[in-house]
Amino acid sequence: MFGEYSLGDLGAIFAMQGFAGLILFSVYVLMALGLAIIFGQMGVINMAHGEFMILGAYVTYLCSGFFQAHLPGIFPAYFFLAMALAFVAAGLLGMVVEWALIRHLYKRPLDTLLATWGLSLILQQAYRSIFGAREVGVELPSWMMGSVQATDTIEIPINGLFVMAITVLITLAVAGLLFASRYGKQVRAVMQNRVMAGAVGIDTGRVDRLTFGLGCGIAGVAGSAFTMIGSTGPTSGQLYIVDTFLIVVFGGAASLLGTIASAFSISQTQSTLEFFLSGSTAKVITLLAVVAILMLRPQGLFTLKVRR
Amino acid sequence: MKLPTLNDNPFMKPVEWMALALLCGLIFCVLPLALDGFRLNLVGKYLTYAFVALGLVICWGYCGILSLGQGVFFGLGGYCMAMYLKLEASSVENTKIQSTPGIPDFMDWNQITALPWFWAPFKSLPLTLIAVVLVPTLFAFVIGAAMFKRRVGGTYFAIITQAIAAILTILIVGQQGYTGGINGITDLRTLHGWDIRTDAAKTILYFVNGGLLVACVLVAQYVKRSKLGRILVAMRDKEDRVRFSGYGVASFKIFAFCLAAAFAAIGGAMFTLQVGFMSPSFVGIVPSIEMVIYAAVGGRLSLFGAIYGTLLVNWAKTTFSESFPELWLFGLGALFIAVVLAFPNGLAGVWRQHVEPRLTRRPKAASPAALPQGAPAE
Repeated sequence: MFGEYSLGDLGAIFAMQGFAGLILFSVYVLMALGLAIIFGQMGVINMAHGEFMILGAYVTYLCSGFFQAHLPGIFPAYFFLAMALAFVAAGLLGMVVEWALIRHLYKRPLDTLLATWGLSLILQQAYRSIFGAREVGVELPSWMMGSVQATDTIEIPINGLFVMAITVLITLAVAGLLFASRYGKQVRAVMQNRVMAGAVGIDTGRVDRLTFGLGCGIAGVAGSAFTMIGSTGPTSGQLYIVDTFLIVVFGGAASLLGTIASAFSISQTQSTLEFFLSGSTAKVITLLAVVAILMLRPQGLFTLKVRR
Repeated sequence: MKLPTLNDNPFMKPVEWMALALLCGLIFCVLPLALDGFRLNLVGKYLTYAFVALGLVICWGYCGILSLGQGVFFGLGGYCMAMYLKLEASSVENTKIQSTPGIPDFMDWNQITALPWFWAPFKSLPLTLIAVVLVPTLFAFVIGAAMFKRRVGGTYFAIITQAIAAILTILIVGQQGYTGGINGITDLRTLHGWDIRTDAAKTILYFVNGGLLVACVLVAQYVKRSKLGRILVAMRDKEDRVRFSGYGVASFKIFAFCLAAAFAAIGGAMFTLQVGFMSPSFVGIVPSIEMVIYAAVGGRLSLFGAIYGTLLVNWAKTTFSESFPELWLFGLGALFIAVVLAFPNGLAGVWRQHVEPRLTRRPKAASPAALPQGAPAE
């Protein structure tokens, strides 16, 4: 399949598809970061994660409409506010869900899967009732359109760079929060030994709620980024949930670095293959490769040494 | 849970014989007499899902392996059957307007001029019947062997089976020329010269389906009551102890998974025969999870519960999605949550806790109250 291209062309194609894959990579990283916290740290299988992402996308959509109609003066800057609001909205919903549903199920991880699947159906239908079954698109401010001309053959889309920057910032913030703050220590303590953490005076219920909210909030930001690569519909989130779980599992469930590495390799493989093959074949090959590697190396790419 | 010792453990307890008799009565007498042809065919379709639910009771309830890819096996079984029926429907006389007569119409539309090699065995009925069970079971064996030998289980297994369901769906939809794509394999007419579209044929198929289902219940009951069933339960509850006692844990898990796959495949084949087509919409993630909820609603530890659960959920789905399509998804979602939070053992749990104690006190009340929520209310 590479035969008909010269070496220079191939380089340009890989670079172009690589940059085109940047937004996909960012969405994957943000989704997977949230899931790595919820699934990797808390052990909860959150099948409604895609719906939290879509909540963020709808919040962005509402913001874009609101700013266009009422505050056209600061429309260019609305995306920042939309991302923040998406984080807050998805995070708050996540905390409510944790309080109402998840906290009863920490001892039965497989049952969280069924319950959150039910939740995702309810959320999908709620979106359909509120926003309609049609997919909606978001108007981007003009400064995000267009691209930077790096060389003659390579163009880098600006919104990709922007989302990439946001993703890096959020990833660093999450890493800092989990590994350098007091709260992060509490999170890790609770996840490793809930009873013991409670015994030394950590409010485990509060830590759980905040952690779940954090994971869902990051999914909301992912939704904001998602509006740039696709239109938002009630069931758009469901398409991403399997990919995201595979990314988290492939990276090694408890490792942030592994999550990023696997999101990068999966999104870039898919994006590059899409140029040469049809979209569905590219996806099948990517997913098959991941499943095959997981069968050979079930613990994922990176593993933490933890005493169980 | 109170378990009797193996010696005073007959094949089925009296109450289970009664449940079996009630199930047979319902499937073979009450429903065929009470329903018209269309509704009976619909119930027949529901009952094909009950095969999957039965498999899940063994695999998930008793062995603790949650597979989110049962749709794969249901679909593979169904596709094997559909390929045979399609080849029979695309005989040279039937397809002489095509540019290549004698191959299925969708292949002709996709500019394929010769029958692909993997379609060739499905020209023969015996080979097809073998393939219906063997292909999905072998596939399950490969997945199971790869995963369980490496001690992958629990949530990881669920996620990977789900990914496999996603992959297979994308593959079937993408390879339109070989699989019929998103529309699936349609326009199926005869089974070895016997027209399956007539009302009489549909009734016969319904009874065949019911018979196979009862047979599968007996097989599952045999597994459940045998020493093997005890090991499955022991593995679910304390896997390491079973391993340290010298049992090969992986082989038992593979067996349970393959058995569930074989049941699902039989269901899939019967589905194709009764409904008259097979499409990727019965393979993917969404149907696979819905099949889990059938078993969960009926009770993941009860063979009979799973069948009633399947009938109930499907009946509710048909009724609600006909009259209140918006409410149905809310209802289904709430059902998932309620089953997990409030009734982890499903209808069978409610039955065992609230109905059975009263029955044993007053045995005469058995027949009217015997099918509380589990019976399809049609």
